[in-house]
Amino acid sequence: MSERVYGIKTPIRLEYTYIAGRARSAFLRALAERRLVGERCPQCRRVYLPPTGACPTCGLPTEERVEVSPKGTVTTFCVVNLPFYGQRIQPPYVCASVKLDGADTTLFHLIQDVPAGEVRMGMRVEAVWRPDEEMEASAETIRYFRPTGEPDAPIGLDGEGG
Amino acid sequence: MREVAVVAFAQAPIVRRETERNEVEILLPVVRDAVERSGIPKSEIGFTVSGSCDYLAGQPFAFVMALDTIGAWPPVRESHVEMDGAWALYEAWVRLQHGDVDSALVYAFGKSSLGDVGEVLALQLDPYYLAPLWPDPVSLAALQARAWLEADGHSEREMAQVAARSRASARNNPNAQLAGDFDIDDLLAEPYLVSPLRRHDCPPISDGAAAVVLAAGDLARRVCQQPAWIRGIDHRIEAQALGARDLTVSSSTALAAEKAGVASGPVDIAELHAPFTHQELILRGALGLDGETQVNPSGGALAAHPLMVAGLTRIGEAAQRIMDGVAGRAVAHATSGPCLQQNLVCVLEAE
Repeated sequence: MSERVYGIKTPIRLEYTYIAGRARSAFLRALAERRLVGERCPQCRRVYLPPTGACPTCGLPTEERVEVSPKGTVTTFCVVNLPFYGQRIQPPYVCASVKLDGADTTLFHLIQDVPAGEVRMGMRVEAVWRPDEEMEASAETIRYFRPTGEPDAPIGLDGEGG
Repeated sequence: MREVAVVAFAQAPIVRRETERNEVEILLPVVRDAVERSGIPKSEIGFTVSGSCDYLAGQPFAFVMALDTIGAWPPVRESHVEMDGAWALYEAWVRLQHGDVDSALVYAFGKSSLGDVGEVLALQLDPYYLAPLWPDPVSLAALQARAWLEADGHSEREMAQVAARSRASARNNPNAQLAGDFDIDDLLAEPYLVSPLRRHDCPPISDGAAAVVLAAGDLARRVCQQPAWIRGIDHRIEAQALGARDLTVSSSTALAAEKAGVASGPVDIAELHAPFTHQELILRGALGLDGETQVNPSGGALAAHPLMVAGLTRIGEAAQRIMDGVAGRAVAHATSGPCLQQNLVCVLEAE
């Protein structure tokens, strides 16, 4: 009896150059300067942050750059309790959508400096940046968001009274 | 069959490497251009379908981002093929046969410059016996070229003539990547890249995008002075194992051509998606084209070869010549897979 082959190993690794593009490059470069820069749609006037270079609703290029506040409101969140491969933060921790003041879309980020059980929709938060010597064109330049202590804000995305 | 026509075509200037713009930014003006040329308001387009490949972008679901270019609100009817945009156009044609929508936007985009395109394409091969060896597309095409040269007593000179003619034609194509006058003897004096292929026998590596708008019946006649009617369209595929195929001919193209009705009239122009010079000569045979047909007036895939886009571009280039009144009957062809594994044939006619 010859032995059966149950599997073979064929390692695959591909390397890519990521081209961020015009809008995302501007967003990333501004992050390295502790600034948050979105883009406004010429038609519906919504401010997209992060910007993709296009308004997904109108299908138009967004070219007007708009600086938005590093402060915002939690519109939704979840508490991560599951450990998984590659995890860099000890669970439980909070991931949230944060609608920055002046933006019409939300940014996905961590909420820290607060017990997970106290995070809530409407909570006011602000960006906590890396120290000056670690600033770079990366989403990780913002370490996390933390509560500002301001009173909760009404929640609502575009068209919902927000 | 319901009458369906190409009523607009647009493409991006094809370049070796787009370092400033991402896929969405390349695509935006192209989609806008095609929709504007169609004369159909974007909000009235009944169906949208795209062709692209996440392996080129190196990102899962990269095609979803491209939806930003069409403004998918209110929500639209949309589909995607992980294939060249020519197959997206086929899906749009089928969709228009249903009869409930009268127009469709088809777009395709691809940046081959982001990764090693030879490695990326190796992954479309049989994953157990072939892909682990990482054969690149030029080497596979060279196997085919060698078999073809030996089988029928063809010459490398014929291949060089295809390259020279393609690049000479491309001088009239502002979107082409490679164009110019080349001397056949000079080309043949160049060293082999992978014998028997020289650099001129191979396609350039390209970034680009293209878009086509289809319309049915009366709508096509209303918005377009000379619609390019799709009189036949068919696609066929051959076995995955290269060793199971006769690489010296293209039986899938021949069958698709028969089903699409290529032979039922004279062919003024043919836009063939032949990334390698010898493949154009194989395709001419499979399509039964004679000396009366002008092949690849755009310069074809040897002048610009954005993966996932080049096939749709062939349909667009052929249709544009009918819309412009330059041709009365045209054949467009698209290919996918190694050594012309899968082929689509489209017959386009003026009214």
